[in-house]
Amino acid sequence: MINKDLQLAANIFDIEKLEQASTRDGFGKGVVEAGKEDERVVVLCADLAESTRAHWFKDAFPARYIEIGVAEQNLATVASGLANYGKIPFITSYAAFSPGRNNEQIRTTISLSNLPVKICGMHAGVSVGPDGATHQQLEDIALMRVQPNMTVIYPCDVEEARKATIASAKNDVPTYLRFARSNTPIFTTKETPFEIGKAELVWKEENPHATIIACGPLLYKALEAAKELSEEGVSLLVLNNHTIKPMDIDAVLRCAKESGAVVTVEEHQVHGGMGSRVAEILSERYPVPIEFIGVHDQFGQSGTPEELIEHYGMGVSAIKQAVKKVITRKKR
Amino acid sequence: MSNIDEIKVCELEAKANEIRQSIIEMLCEAGSGHTAGPLGMTDIFTAFYFHILKHNPKDPLWEDRDRLILSNGHIVPVRYATMAHAGYFSLEEAMTLRKFGSRIQGHPEIEKIPALETTSGPLGSGLGQAAGIAYGARMDGKKFRTYCLMSDAEHQAGNLWESAMFAGVNKLSNITGVIDRNNIQINGMTEDVMPLEPLREKYEAFGWHVIDVDGHNIEAFCDAVEESKAIYEKPTLIIAHTIPGKGIAGIEFDYTWHGKSPKTGEAEKFLQELRTLKGKITCGDKE
Repeated sequence: MINKDLQLAANIFDIEKLEQASTRDGFGKGVVEAGKEDERVVVLCADLAESTRAHWFKDAFPARYIEIGVAEQNLATVASGLANYGKIPFITSYAAFSPGRNNEQIRTTISLSNLPVKICGMHAGVSVGPDGATHQQLEDIALMRVQPNMTVIYPCDVEEARKATIASAKNDVPTYLRFARSNTPIFTTKETPFEIGKAELVWKEENPHATIIACGPLLYKALEAAKELSEEGVSLLVLNNHTIKPMDIDAVLRCAKESGAVVTVEEHQVHGGMGSRVAEILSERYPVPIEFIGVHDQFGQSGTPEELIEHYGMGVSAIKQAVKKVITRKKR
Repeated sequence: MSNIDEIKVCELEAKANEIRQSIIEMLCEAGSGHTAGPLGMTDIFTAFYFHILKHNPKDPLWEDRDRLILSNGHIVPVRYATMAHAGYFSLEEAMTLRKFGSRIQGHPEIEKIPALETTSGPLGSGLGQAAGIAYGARMDGKKFRTYCLMSDAEHQAGNLWESAMFAGVNKLSNITGVIDRNNIQINGMTEDVMPLEPLREKYEAFGWHVIDVDGHNIEAFCDAVEESKAIYEKPTLIIAHTIPGKGIAGIEFDYTWHGKSPKTGEAEKFLQELRTLKGKITCGDKE
């Protein structure tokens, strides 16, 4: 059952009526709100103002919008300098380029320097669609989560993206925020709690057979899978694990202990992603069977978001299959 | 008409000699590290910490201090030695360069010593950080200057030219860049490995005011910095022509000394040479 405490959208499973938007819109709105609250907030853009939604901030605060041009290494280093001076810089580009291209600059001048730059990676995952593999960033969580000092957040919908953006303006540490291009269901509300580092159970049933731990917009597909499985007699927990680093270890452990099996769901390489972190935690502290939904050591290709999500095994049916498989692997 | 009097220049030259000795001692004790670059930049670091910079070793993060950004972090021994002489920490601590548990890391880290201003080592990234600091300062109407010291060979890196373009187009006249034009890099002479010239014309094309200067002539260098403060519409670049290994005749312009440190016997010879020089370099010798 949907966890009522979280005040999710009332019509959450009415896909026809449920509004949709992209998480990048949540960034665009959130960073304007953050800019109103704190005049130290500045936005840096690498020639992608409209598609990153940085132009909303430019319209609101033109003097605090900084154009860098097609130069992602400089995007990181100039932001490092601005943070060093005392600003709170949000740097915006496609995730394929930032942190894809400027990884060393992020490592040395942001993470190692421990400066509060907010790296906003847009168009992440295969769901950017027709642009093809060059622009479908599937390794960014891996790149960012291995850097000491870095916080990594992957919001599930436009509303959570807005909250994550505002929260990151206040956390005073290097932070990677991952956003998507395509429109996906808006199933959290203004009232839904959000705290960096605190995972929330969005679906709870008695005596669960397994837990789905998901992040990003695929969390909605995890919920659809949970609902269908519930109708088939399979009880689940579904955890919104939006903060990949620092991960909510207690929440992950509680789910593993209560259900005895885990399926992780993310639109990213299964190598080095959110699921890998879950596996690190559980193999060390409470080993249970795990199945990983994500891209398995492949690059993407052109297609519609839905075609690609299905093709790479991240749709509702693939999640359901993974749940059934992981339950059969549980010790009797 | 110079901005610095002769007595002050003599003091700075004597101080530079002391700092060179500290560098040799530190590198010998460390057993690894770069020698040529630090010796080549000693006169300029001395000029910064003992004449040019608005700074306070007792309040190193004073809000309105000038920022000195070292982009080519591998020459940091000269910065540590100069900062120790300026009173930021003891010479004894400087001697722990590259040792386990020391704040005096092999490459500079602000998490260890905030007065270093930035963390550096990977080349080509300092000017972007300097530009970010200068841009932020200008937004807030701050009057301090941001200086960015760079190597010549790091101008083979794309990030640096992205930053040069950014600083030029934004007319960041509160930046003074300084290139240590010593012509050497690990694999040989810069013009053999991957030619940099014409550096002046490249920077001018990117919207910078450019001054060439002898990097060992402290008076001329200080005057060039003064000139940079008077340029309102553009950032200024000082191309400081330096001799790598300056002060130790046997290693000057020898690129093989770029990335190694002197062994004990060598260090004794080097120190003897520097001590003999002491008192020989005077204002009169420049005539």
